[in-house]
Amino acid sequence: MIQFVNTLLIGVTSGAIYSLMAIAIVLVWRSTRVINFAQAGMALLATYFGYEAINFFDSFWIALPVAMIGGALFAALIEVVLMRMLVKHAATGPIAAVAPIIATLGLLGVIRAGIAIQWGGQDRLIVGPVSNDGFSFGGEVLVFSPMKLLILITVVVLMLGLSILFQKTNLGLALRASAYAPEIARLSGIKVDGVRTLGWALAGAAGAVAGMFQAVNGSGTISPDSIDFSLLLVSGFIAAVIGGLESLTGAVIGGMLLGILIAFILIYVDGGLFFIAPFVILLAVLFIRPQGILGSKAARRA
Amino acid sequence: MSLNVSNLTVNHGAICAVNQVSLAVPTGKLAAIIGSNGAGKTTLLRALSGLNKPATGNVMWMGENITGMKPEKLVRMGVSHVSEGKSVIAELSVKENLELGAIWRRNKKEAAQSIDQVVSIFPRLGERIQQRADTLSGGERQMLAIGRAIMAKPALLLLDEPSLGLAPLVIEQIFQSIRDLTNSMRITVLLVEQNAVGALKIADLGIVLNLGKVVAVNHAQALMDDPAVRAAYLGY
Amino acid sequence: MHKRKESSHLIPFILGGVVLYFLSSMVEELRVYQGATIAVYVIAVASIILLTGYSGQVSLGHGALMAVGAYAAAVARIEFNVPIVLTFFIAVLAAAMGGALLGAAAARLSGPYLAGTTLALAIGLPSLANQFSILGGEQGLLFDVGFPPLSLGESFTQYKWFFWIAGLAALISMWVLQNILRSRYGRSWRAGRGNEVATQLCGVNTARSKILAFTVSAGFAGLAGALLSMTIGTVSPSAFPLTLSFALLTGAVLSGISTLGGVILGASILVVIPEFADVVAHRLGASEGVTTNLPGLIVSGLLILTVLFVPNGPVEQHRARKAKHALHKKD
Repeated sequence: MIQFVNTLLIGVTSGAIYSLMAIAIVLVWRSTRVINFAQAGMALLATYFGYEAINFFDSFWIALPVAMIGGALFAALIEVVLMRMLVKHAATGPIAAVAPIIATLGLLGVIRAGIAIQWGGQDRLIVGPVSNDGFSFGGEVLVFSPMKLLILITVVVLMLGLSILFQKTNLGLALRASAYAPEIARLSGIKVDGVRTLGWALAGAAGAVAGMFQAVNGSGTISPDSIDFSLLLVSGFIAAVIGGLESLTGAVIGGMLLGILIAFILIYVDGGLFFIAPFVILLAVLFIRPQGILGSKAARRA
Repeated sequence: MSLNVSNLTVNHGAICAVNQVSLAVPTGKLAAIIGSNGAGKTTLLRALSGLNKPATGNVMWMGENITGMKPEKLVRMGVSHVSEGKSVIAELSVKENLELGAIWRRNKKEAAQSIDQVVSIFPRLGERIQQRADTLSGGERQMLAIGRAIMAKPALLLLDEPSLGLAPLVIEQIFQSIRDLTNSMRITVLLVEQNAVGALKIADLGIVLNLGKVVAVNHAQALMDDPAVRAAYLGY
Repeated sequence: MHKRKESSHLIPFILGGVVLYFLSSMVEELRVYQGATIAVYVIAVASIILLTGYSGQVSLGHGALMAVGAYAAAVARIEFNVPIVLTFFIAVLAAAMGGALLGAAAARLSGPYLAGTTLALAIGLPSLANQFSILGGEQGLLFDVGFPPLSLGESFTQYKWFFWIAGLAALISMWVLQNILRSRYGRSWRAGRGNEVATQLCGVNTARSKILAFTVSAGFAGLAGALLSMTIGTVSPSAFPLTLSFALLTGAVLSGISTLGGVILGASILVVIPEFADVVAHRLGASEGVTTNLPGLIVSGLLILTVLFVPNGPVEQHRARKAKHALHKKD
C-alpha cells in the first residue's frame, strides 16, 4: 500500500514537471507552428542562469524568477533572430517541412556545446528552498516531501495563470488569433510578429521553471549531459504529443499521465527502463489515437 | 474624394496582377469592382489594406499617403479589410471573433457598444453569440466577418467577394445589409465581386477590371445599362 | 538542350571504384580509415535523403536503425557463425524489417508526431541492448570481419581492408539507390511528398508507398550500421547515441536533402569537422572544455546556417542558379 502511494506521488510530481515542459512545447507549437526541439536545452540554460543567481543571491526564491526572466529573454531572442529568418529563407521546397525541425535540433546542439564551454562538464549543485525529505505519516516515511508539494502547487498556479491569460484577456485573444489565423489577426490590427515572440518568451519562462524543478527534484545537480535533462527533453516532448499538441490542458494531461505511468513501470516492472518506457507509452497512445488524447483529427494534418 | 489610387502596380510573383490602376471613390459611397477571375481584384484590395506591397503607384486616403503601409497601422486609421473566403476564426466563439475586431481600440466601453451595433445589423449573430464560429452557416460566417470589420470602427471598408459560395437568398440579404450600413455608418465601401449584377444593383459607382487594368468606370446604373458590360459581365 | 540517356550510369560508378583503388594506395593510414568512415556515412546519409528528401518523412531515429543492422550482423556472426558477406545482408534485412514496422506506424503519423516517435526510438532502442544478455549489454558485442585475404599481399593493412569493403558497399549502394530513385517508386515518393491527395487520385497507394520508403531507407541504414561497427570492431549502445541521428540529418541537409548529388560532400564534412575543430581549438590554445565541445558546436552551428542560407543544399542551389541564368540568357 505504501509503495503504491509513494509511486503515485513520485509519478504525480515528475508528471507536473513534464507538464510544464509540455506546456512550453505546446505554446511554441500553437503560436509559431514549430516544434522546438531545443526547448529542454533552453530550459537547461535558464537553469544555469538560476544556478548563478543562487550563488550570487544565496536564495532559491530569487533564483527562480531570475531563471524565468533569463529563459524568457533568451527564447525571445531566438525567435527574433532565428525563427523569423527561417520563415523568410526556408519556406519552400522539400526542405520546408523539415527546416524548423533541423534548425531547432541545431540550436539544441549549439546550446549544449555553449553550456559545456562556458560552465564546463562537471556537475553543478543546485540547492532547493525546502527539504526533499519525505513527510512522516503514521510511522512510515512517504516519498512526498515539502519540495514535491511546492512543485505541485507551483505548477497548478502557473497552469491557472496561463489559462486565465489565454481565455480571459485581450492579450490571450491576440495570442490565440495569431496562432489560428495570422492574416486575420493582422487585419485586426494585431502585431503578429510581436505576439509570436511573446509566445516564445512565455514558453521560455515555463521551461525555466521545469528545468529548475527537474534539477532540485532529481539529482540536485546540473551538467550539460545530465540524464535528468535528457529525460526532460524526451518526456516533455512525448507528453506534449500524447496530449495532442492542441491545448494547454492536453499538455498537462499528457504530462501527468506520462509521469504516473513511467513511475509505475520503473518501480513495479524494471528500474532500468527509464528511456524505453516513454517510447512504449508514446507508441501505445499514438496507436490508439494518432492525434493525441485531446487532439482533433483536422489539426493533426498540420 | 477620400480614396485616391493613382497608377498602382502590384505584382503577384512573376505576374503583373494590377497594372497601372487609377481610381477615385467619393466619401461615403459604395464602389463595386467587378471583373472575371484573375482580373486582379483581390490583389488590388490586398494592396490597399497593406497585405501586399505595390511595385509602383500611390494610394491616398483622406489626404494621407498610405501607400505600402502595414495592415496593423491601417486598421488604426480606419481601413478594414474582409478578405475572401469566410474569414472568421473557426476555433473562437462569435463573441471572440467580434472582440477581435475591436482589440486595438482604446475605449473598451465604446467597443462593447459596437457589439450591440453589429448584433442590431445582423440579429442572427446575436442568437449565436456564444457559439463557436465553425458551427455557423456560410451566410452567418460572412455576416460575422463583416461584423468583425465593423467592430474596428472603419471609415473605409474593403469587401472581397462576400457572396462567394452563398445561396441566392442569403446573398440578397447580405448585399442589402452592406448597402444599409454604408448609408447608416456613412463609410466608404469598396465591394469586389464576381456577382456583377448584385454588386452593381447596390453600388453608387462601378469599376470594371480586366487582366489588371481598369477598362470602365461609371455610375453603377450607367454600367448596368452599357451593352458591352452587359454582354461581358451581366450575361444578357 | 542535351538529351540524357536513361542508362543505369554504371560507368561512373566503375570509374569511381578504380579511382578509389588508386587513392587508397597513395594515402596514409589515418586518411584511409577516415575514408572508410566517409563511405559509411555516405550510405547512411543517402538513406535519409531517400526518406526525407524524396518521401518527405522525417526520422530522427536512423541511428537506432543503424544499431539494429549492426546488432543483427554481430549476433549472426557470433551465435551462428555466418560468413562475413552474408552478415551484411542480414544487417540490411533486419533493419529493413524494423523500418517496415516503423513505417507502418509512421503512415498514420505526420510531421511532429512522426518526429517525436523517431526521437523516442533513437533514445530508447539502443538502451534496449542493456536488457538482453545476448546483445552484450553495455560493453557490447565484438564484430570482427577478419584480416584481409593473403592474396592481396603482405602490406595490405586492416584499415585498407575496411576502406575497400565500405567503399565497395557504398558504390553498390549508390548505384542501387540511384536506380530506385529514378524508378517509378522514386517518382511516386516525390509525388506523394508534394501532394498526397493528387497522388492517391493517380492510383498510388500512398500509405504503402511511404512504408516502402521507410523499409528501403532502413535497409541502407542497417548496412551502414554494420559497416560502422566493422570499423570500430564492436557493437555497443554507446556507438549509436542520439547525436548520431542528428549528425545524419545534418549530413543530409549539407548534401542537399532532395538529391543524391552532394552526398559525398555532406558525408565528408561530417567526418572532417571534428578534426578541423580540433585543429582550430589547439591553434587558439583553448582549454579542454573548448576542445571537446567545439566539434559539436561547429556541426550544430553549420546545421543552422545551412538550413537558413543553403536550405536545399549547395548542389541544388548551384543547379538552380545555373537554370536561372540560362533562363535569362534566352531573353
